[in-house]
Amino acid sequence: MSSRTDQTESRNDSSGDHLPDQREGGAVAEADDPFADPGLPPHEPRRQDIDERAARRSERTVAFLFTLSMLATVGFIASYVAIPIDEIVFIWPFGHISGLNFALGLTLGLALFCIGAGAIHWARTLMSDEEVAEERHAVEATPEVKAHVLEEFAKGAAESQIGRRKLARNTLLGALGLVPLAGVVLLRDLGPLPEDKLHHTAWQEGSLIINEATLQPLRPEDITVGSLTQAMPEGLDPHAENFHAEIAKAAVMLVRLEPEDIKDPRSAEWGHEGILCYSKICTHIGCPATLYEQQSHHALCPCHQSTFDLADGAKVLFGPAGHPLPQLRITVNDEGFLQALGDFEEPPGPSFWERG
Amino acid sequence: MSTATKDPKTRGKAPAGEKIADWADGRVGLYSLAKANMRKIFPDHWSFLLGEICLYSFIILILTGVYLTMFFVPSMAEVEYHGSYVPMQGVMMTEAYASTLDISFDVRGGLLVRQIHHWAALIFVVGIMFHMMRVFFTGSFRKPREINWLFGWTLFILAVFTGLTGYSLPDDLLSGTGIRFMEGAILSMPVVGTYIQMFLFGGEFPGHDIIPRFFVIHVLLLPGIMLGLVAAHLILIIYHKHTHFAGPGRTNDNVVGMPFLPIYMAKAGGFFFLVFGVIAAIAATATINPVWVLGPYRPDQVSTNAQPDWYLGFSEGLVRMMPGWEWVIPGGYTLNFGLMIPLAVFPGVLVLIGLYPFFESWLTRDNREHHIAQRPRNAPTRTGLGVAWLVAYGVALVAGGNDVWAVNFNLSINAITWVCRIGFFVFPVVAFVITRRICLGLQRRDREKVLHGRETGVIKRLPHGEFVEVHEPLPREALYTLTAHDQDRPAELGPETDENGVRRKVSPLERLRVKISRGYFGEQAQIPKPTSEEYREITSGHGHH
Repeated sequence: MSSRTDQTESRNDSSGDHLPDQREGGAVAEADDPFADPGLPPHEPRRQDIDERAARRSERTVAFLFTLSMLATVGFIASYVAIPIDEIVFIWPFGHISGLNFALGLTLGLALFCIGAGAIHWARTLMSDEEVAEERHAVEATPEVKAHVLEEFAKGAAESQIGRRKLARNTLLGALGLVPLAGVVLLRDLGPLPEDKLHHTAWQEGSLIINEATLQPLRPEDITVGSLTQAMPEGLDPHAENFHAEIAKAAVMLVRLEPEDIKDPRSAEWGHEGILCYSKICTHIGCPATLYEQQSHHALCPCHQSTFDLADGAKVLFGPAGHPLPQLRITVNDEGFLQALGDFEEPPGPSFWERG
Repeated sequence: MSTATKDPKTRGKAPAGEKIADWADGRVGLYSLAKANMRKIFPDHWSFLLGEICLYSFIILILTGVYLTMFFVPSMAEVEYHGSYVPMQGVMMTEAYASTLDISFDVRGGLLVRQIHHWAALIFVVGIMFHMMRVFFTGSFRKPREINWLFGWTLFILAVFTGLTGYSLPDDLLSGTGIRFMEGAILSMPVVGTYIQMFLFGGEFPGHDIIPRFFVIHVLLLPGIMLGLVAAHLILIIYHKHTHFAGPGRTNDNVVGMPFLPIYMAKAGGFFFLVFGVIAAIAATATINPVWVLGPYRPDQVSTNAQPDWYLGFSEGLVRMMPGWEWVIPGGYTLNFGLMIPLAVFPGVLVLIGLYPFFESWLTRDNREHHIAQRPRNAPTRTGLGVAWLVAYGVALVAGGNDVWAVNFNLSINAITWVCRIGFFVFPVVAFVITRRICLGLQRRDREKVLHGRETGVIKRLPHGEFVEVHEPLPREALYTLTAHDQDRPAELGPETDENGVRRKVSPLERLRVKISRGYFGEQAQIPKPTSEEYREITSGHGHH
């Protein structure tokens, strides 16, 4: 048995009965054991070890690879200088691609690859391939070392008087415990408090409904049966600083259904002559759920396939969304434009703890 | 004192390299360091290259990443694009997106470096996963390497989050959707969700802070921690010495291979260039993340086929599989299980993976050092668990692309989702059973080969007319290799009473341990390896094959 196994055995507190038989260690094993370790097989010389011509051939291969790498680097620099950045070339089977990117990438790839291939070929054919065994040593320290360290540690701890000076020790712990609070407090201004920000959008009573494509206010006759129109409240300026934050909550889609197709009476009442205005922000994680299937009146979110029945109060039919898309109450003003009757009754977008 | 010519510290005579080495030795102890490590032995096996691929792609990521920071502007200020990419001219976009377009279209080689960076990131994470599988299935995480398993495990998590913060930076329509997903996930956290969301984004989504904040996390915070962990990981590998597979002359007390100088240095150094060269060639020929096709992010727009990078595909799948369970609890508070459960499963699974080595050492109570890598067949239950996990991961990955499968194979998306929902629970169990059986079958074959030799394919007719196949006994090397592994025995509860007849107290935890141990190492879980006696008995008789 090897000394290492014995060492671990002695330090193992449990009996070791449950462990498999002790390992058979190398050369010391019984000679008549058919499964004994025969030891490292003798080294078989390679062709290059005995035939100098083969070795020289290998050297030439290695040198060829390194030379190819040099040429590729020259090619890289030449491509950088010669090929215009906006040139699109057709290269089968990649199609129409940037000529510069293609040339730079392939020359760089070749230059690097050949260095690697050359080095590895050198190592495999010319450098010694004789396997060597190196002894391992147990990671654990010997009992003497361990005893020495523990003794030194006890000495050091005693010299610090940390055990005796309880007042000093406890106040130190208190100070170390408190000081990170400074860092925590500093994080406060990372952002504002949520308050009721997620409960309100840019919609208010009388907001005109602006077609997102034309940026013009919508009239009922602009919305035909079977179509889906994307819209936003009036007053949102795409160049304004907070536009993205506002549109992330206020974006809506309008559909017109035949009044007899609308299954939910409240939904019909909140619309105008079959025109229903829903938040288009999916209630799952907030993608715009605007893949509209006009025959079934289903709106599908392309991100996680939550499916909403726009004819039935945007009820969830499938997918991971947890509640319907909020509906915006709309009407028509004196000038014949569609307008909102107020903000959403419930917050649009993904749900959150305080949503209720 | 001796004369000047005999003084070993004389300057001027030694070659320049030696003089520099002398100088360094006098300051950092170079010679002692080299004595311990220069000719260090590294064993050879193809699977040991997987970790190297990770290391090299990490270096490539740092090199290309530094280059990209020279041109990337981590700002969410809106600008009108006037660069050379015609389709986007005049479009309002953030400076982050505009500068990504500049890197792709106005900086010569910028597109190449961007693509190398992104490809290297994908290969980095895939490399880590395969490297972890290698370590897991060969039991290389056992004592003394548990801490290095944890280092690698932490690196895996950090790599995923560095990837996430990295591909979010260009602020294109796809990556913005990814950030929106993150915002929705954060909002679903009970009590603190809205607060964390406001603090992380500096206000309501999307705000103006998330890209600059992600930038700092992506280029400084996470890579800095990873660099330290990579160094610690490598130091521990050198300290422990690499594991090797059993074979003639390869024992638990030695390591057999080639010395670092020159073989391993040439092979590993060369392999770095191979990896870099291949990634550069991929970046030259395969477009990745063409942000110019998608346009800038707007919260009210989205593209179809919205998928995260592959390594987050399984979390995407978990979210897509989950039914939309949402409760409003008394007091008017919302619990969104549809997001909370998948987002708890993700870290939960990671914790299980991280703690597995400690579970196994608790199970086996094995306090010995293990330096021989196991063959997966010789640990059937562990191998089965690993494959079961991989299958669950695969199902989640499929679910994460359910729309892509549906479109390309003309299938119903609802059907795919339902198959994944059920399959997530059923397929891993099936995979576990099948894998364990395959492992046992392979163990039986090994046993057969050891006891009866190799089938030669030569048919012999015996005098009485019987046909038999001639089996050739294995050489001693093969016999040793196939029988060198340990076989754990299942734990036992011990007698009910102690020597005085008093009932022994056995904790429920110990009973559980014994039960699991039987599952791992019991009769149904491994084939006893052949003993020398069996071998002698069979080989001593003649005419039996």
